[in-house]
Amino acid sequence: MALAESGPLAGAGAQKPQGYWAGVGARLLRDPVAMICAAVLLALILSAVFAPWLGLADPYKGSMIARLKPLGTDGYPLGTDEQGRDMLARLIYGGRLTLFIGLMPVVLAFFIGSALGIVAGYVGGMVNTVIMRVVDVFFAFPSVLLAIAISGALGAGIVNSLVSLTIVFIPPITRVAEAVTSGVRGLDYIDAARATGASAWTVIRVHVIGNVLSPIFVYATSLTSVCMILAAGLSFLGIGVRPPEPEWGLMLNTLRSAIYVNPWLAALPGVMIFLTSLCLNLLSDGLRSAMNVRD
Amino acid sequence: MTRLLDIRNLTLRFTGKRTVHALNNVSLAMEQGETLALLGESGSGKSVTLKALLGLLPPKRTQIEGQMTVNGIDVLSLSGRALQKYRGGEVSMVFQEPALALDPVYTIGHQIAESVMRHKGVSRAEAMSTALDMLDRVRIPSANRRLHNYPHELSGGMRQRVMIALALACRPRLLLADEPTTALDATVQIQILLLLRELQKEFGMGVIFVTHDIGVAVEISERVAVMYAGQIVEEGTTREIIKEARHPYTQGLLAANLHDVARGARLNAIPGAPPSLEVKPDACSFAPRCPLAHADCLKGLPPMVHPAPRRRVACVCAERMAAE
Amino acid sequence: MSVTESFAQTPDKGGPAQPLVIVRDLQKHFPIRGGILGRTTAHVQAVDGVSFSVRKGETLGIVGESGCGKSTTARLLIGLIEKDKGEIIFDGQALGESLSLRDLRRDVQMVFQDSYASLNPRLTILDSVAFGARVQGLDEPEDRARSLMARVGLDPDRFAHRYPHELSGGQRQRVNIARALAMSPRLVVLDEAVSALDKSVEAQVLNLLTDLRREYGLTYIFISHDLNVVRYISDRILVMYLGEVVEVAPVDSIWQQQAHPYTRSLFSAMPSMDPDNRTKVPPLAGDPPNPINPPSGCRFHTRCRYAEAVCKSAAPRLGALPGAPDHLTACHLHDAASGHSRAGMGIPA
Repeated sequence: MALAESGPLAGAGAQKPQGYWAGVGARLLRDPVAMICAAVLLALILSAVFAPWLGLADPYKGSMIARLKPLGTDGYPLGTDEQGRDMLARLIYGGRLTLFIGLMPVVLAFFIGSALGIVAGYVGGMVNTVIMRVVDVFFAFPSVLLAIAISGALGAGIVNSLVSLTIVFIPPITRVAEAVTSGVRGLDYIDAARATGASAWTVIRVHVIGNVLSPIFVYATSLTSVCMILAAGLSFLGIGVRPPEPEWGLMLNTLRSAIYVNPWLAALPGVMIFLTSLCLNLLSDGLRSAMNVRD
Repeated sequence: MTRLLDIRNLTLRFTGKRTVHALNNVSLAMEQGETLALLGESGSGKSVTLKALLGLLPPKRTQIEGQMTVNGIDVLSLSGRALQKYRGGEVSMVFQEPALALDPVYTIGHQIAESVMRHKGVSRAEAMSTALDMLDRVRIPSANRRLHNYPHELSGGMRQRVMIALALACRPRLLLADEPTTALDATVQIQILLLLRELQKEFGMGVIFVTHDIGVAVEISERVAVMYAGQIVEEGTTREIIKEARHPYTQGLLAANLHDVARGARLNAIPGAPPSLEVKPDACSFAPRCPLAHADCLKGLPPMVHPAPRRRVACVCAERMAAE
Repeated sequence: MSVTESFAQTPDKGGPAQPLVIVRDLQKHFPIRGGILGRTTAHVQAVDGVSFSVRKGETLGIVGESGCGKSTTARLLIGLIEKDKGEIIFDGQALGESLSLRDLRRDVQMVFQDSYASLNPRLTILDSVAFGARVQGLDEPEDRARSLMARVGLDPDRFAHRYPHELSGGQRQRVNIARALAMSPRLVVLDEAVSALDKSVEAQVLNLLTDLRREYGLTYIFISHDLNVVRYISDRILVMYLGEVVEVAPVDSIWQQQAHPYTRSLFSAMPSMDPDNRTKVPPLAGDPPNPINPPSGCRFHTRCRYAEAVCKSAAPRLGALPGAPDHLTACHLHDAASGHSRAGMGIPA
């Protein structure tokens, strides 16, 4: 008899409480690929932020005699560009602008798009129809074309490319946010929360946001690589950042004539773009699996 | 005649992030044409047993020991073409959710005919006429027209009939049914149970019917094997199990069925929940929840008592009762 | 204990004789939209003219098959979906008139079938249980939640900071019960609340529900497809078919005599539990019809073996059986003036 008295819930031992994000962090730390990518990205960001204190050459100062020096030249570890500017310095300084206009639009679009999508998904009905039909209109254009059109209309410049890229990324994020939210909206715990008499805003704040944000966030991180490439593309076309600012896309453009003379040098900005977007993609994959609580 | 089914000391472990000892030393025998209900709760290993019999478990994450023969065929040694021929030909399965088990993009006639052609190597026309015959046999009204329906055009009960027609089209010797009526309404459930009973007689096949509902087991089967924590704890004819259950777990399940309980009376509920099976059981798995448990129950695995031919109980108390 | 006190404070406005809930002619049709413009092409007649009442402290069991409208009725009762027509009167106050939805929600709570889907996976058990009390601005929501967790058999020290996926189905359903009780409701709607549980766990939860009802003076509406469970827990049983009430009666009365042919079929469809006396003929053929275009007249006439012309043309009204004022059924066989050839004689034995 004594054996049965250990209570109906024996078998479940006490466990240290651990927050959701702490759990995600712990799982991410155990993922070697994600950690390597995070380290690379961190190095890129830190070097870009602290570029002035790294003792690099002046990225704007050219030299007519030292043009297109190959990699490994004395004093120019990564060579020089077509105006004789130090490539290493320009790549690191270029990271500042490139990462900024590569990430900022996604961050802005993440907030705006999530808000729109969550409202559309939770409220439903007419509100949903209006928001989602507008989104659909934007979807009718390929994202590259849309970015070029808006940038072209607004004129070249950093702020304008920021605006145009943000507009490009709002529709896909809204759509994902809406889909995830309407999925969650149909679950019983939302009904249970509504049955307590909680206001729509309270239900969204406590029960919806926490459950939809992580999939939207993962999706948004996967967009950052696309955004960086688009931003570089805009600069490449001359409607983004203007010379002589160092920016990877722009550098790729100005160096393209040197591709027959010094292919390795000309490819360097492309390598940087590739490396960053690869790391971002792999990191967002890692994040996705780390956010999966159920196993 | 060879035995239809002979499972000997089947032990099955899932490895991976967590180890689960899903089946522990399961032995089970069936003669040709018998119907057996595997009764148990979620996680008791009843569905795993069916999947093992069909070779459906992921080989990388599964470790199997023991022996399984169906009609003299060693199931564990099958692979490739032989396994395909065995599945659907010798043994076939009916699932709980026919909506998920039927392919939504093909008509039901096409799906049945496809399976017949694959196993019997007949022409499409011949296979289609077999399909039509099968729909008739599972009592689908105006089968001729239904042959060209897609699964979504049918009701839940009709889909389950189609599923059964598909499973029986190649005349298997053994039909595995994994809770095929759980998702159905009560008035439809009884129709499907009676249909399966008739078809079983008509085809003379053996049936293993997995269920958590004792009432369903009574309606469908001659014999019942009760599973708990990956082991068979009691086996006997349906009458023996219903009228004189010997294992405390079986007795608890019968009480929990509420068939003959006075309204509002306190239920004699089995306390607690089944074990997680992360470690291989080395004592009676039911002891922590058992009202009759005493120190002996934790000393080692319970003995298998055979009070009658083809009847067994894995319990210390049953042994004592038999001795008295 | 603080929880018990606050239960005692809930005001009984209408007195003991006033039914806790009266539902009159409740109707809910869901539009089905089709085409590019999303025009309404048809209606699912989920609930159509349902009337019943629940007395204070009793348990009303609602049974019926899929598509009969039992879950829709539940959701209408707790105001999760809006009714098209009809009245819901809670303790003498009509919803939408003297009673606001917010007030109703304090008094009526629901426990859902899917114990996992009804808990927010990102909230700890404690936060889930305390949420409603916080929303309603009740005192010390965490203490309330902890004492309720203890009451439903979950040690708060061990479970408070866990997440739903770390619990078993039975434990999660206990959490859902605690959450419903945290609002100090007077009516709890249990929508297939034990159906997904294993039999042995189901019995534990049924015992718990019985105890809680007595302790807190609760009224239950218990929805289930399992007649044995409904009989065990209910005082009265209401049978629904395709959005309509076909029979309401005290448990013992309906167990002795099922007046409606559908109720009788539903009861005979129960597995027999006697290996020597198994079911031989299925009581009904085919599946329940689609509630999108339900049959005319009596909705059961397409499957009823006693159906006649009148059943097709006229819908029967819910009326008491002779000599049993509590036992209501909607069938022409029991209505002497219906024009059925066996009118007033009931189902042939």
